[in-house]
Amino acid sequence: MSEEPNGDSGDLLVILRHGPHGTSYLKEGLDTALVAAAFGRRVSLLFMASGVAALVPGQGAGPLGQKGTQPTLAMLEMYDIDRLFVDGAGLAELGVAPESLTPEATVIEGDAIAALMAEHALVLTF
Amino acid sequence: MRYAILLLGAPYSHQAAHSALRFARAVIARGHHLEAVFFYREGVHNAARLASPPQDEPHLVDGWTTLNQEHGVRLEVCIAAALRRGIVDADEAARHGKQGHSVQAPFELTGLGQLVDLGLECDRLITFGA
Repeated sequence: MSEEPNGDSGDLLVILRHGPHGTSYLKEGLDTALVAAAFGRRVSLLFMASGVAALVPGQGAGPLGQKGTQPTLAMLEMYDIDRLFVDGAGLAELGVAPESLTPEATVIEGDAIAALMAEHALVLTF
Repeated sequence: MRYAILLLGAPYSHQAAHSALRFARAVIARGHHLEAVFFYREGVHNAARLASPPQDEPHLVDGWTTLNQEHGVRLEVCIAAALRRGIVDADEAARHGKQGHSVQAPFELTGLGQLVDLGLECDRLITFGA
């Protein structure tokens, strides 16, 4: 499962634009990715805008009684979801260092993002 | 072309549901095939069988039901998003020990795998609401 970032196409690209708190977008996007992978689809993830905050380590579930997303992110590997991409502009905007991300993700920007979308049969945005 | 619709907006609070129903009618009128509408996030409220809007407003739940009856468009509701919001069919109500139910045929509770299959198998998956 070690595909080149811009090599073989996948079935589904899930774009995650929201951070772990405030809305359920991130959780629902990750749920969709896990379900697709469980059904044997090849899934890639792209974290954009506030979504890059999902990869910042050390976040708790918070006082609202909602489940955190870190445990789900930790399960991605078990589902063979190992093509993780993160928007460099989103990282810069939030001042997050790429090497601090958990799990690790490949930084891409600009045209590479367009190419990534084009090489997937289905793109779902959350 | 084979189309499918992903609807994320609740009826009446968001234009998404109204636009999606109009789009569904337009696609069929153009001679395309509309395979299914998948209701996710707040969109699951479109399946509430007890919805009783004022008579001078469009009845969206009936609108979806009519679309199914006239054109066989499947009405698929994400079960995880629905149960959380009290959108429950008779089987699930019994399973969870609840009286009454809020979803009935032709709406069917189904899983997210169906959404992925629709997206990959249809020529176009059109999303309403965000």
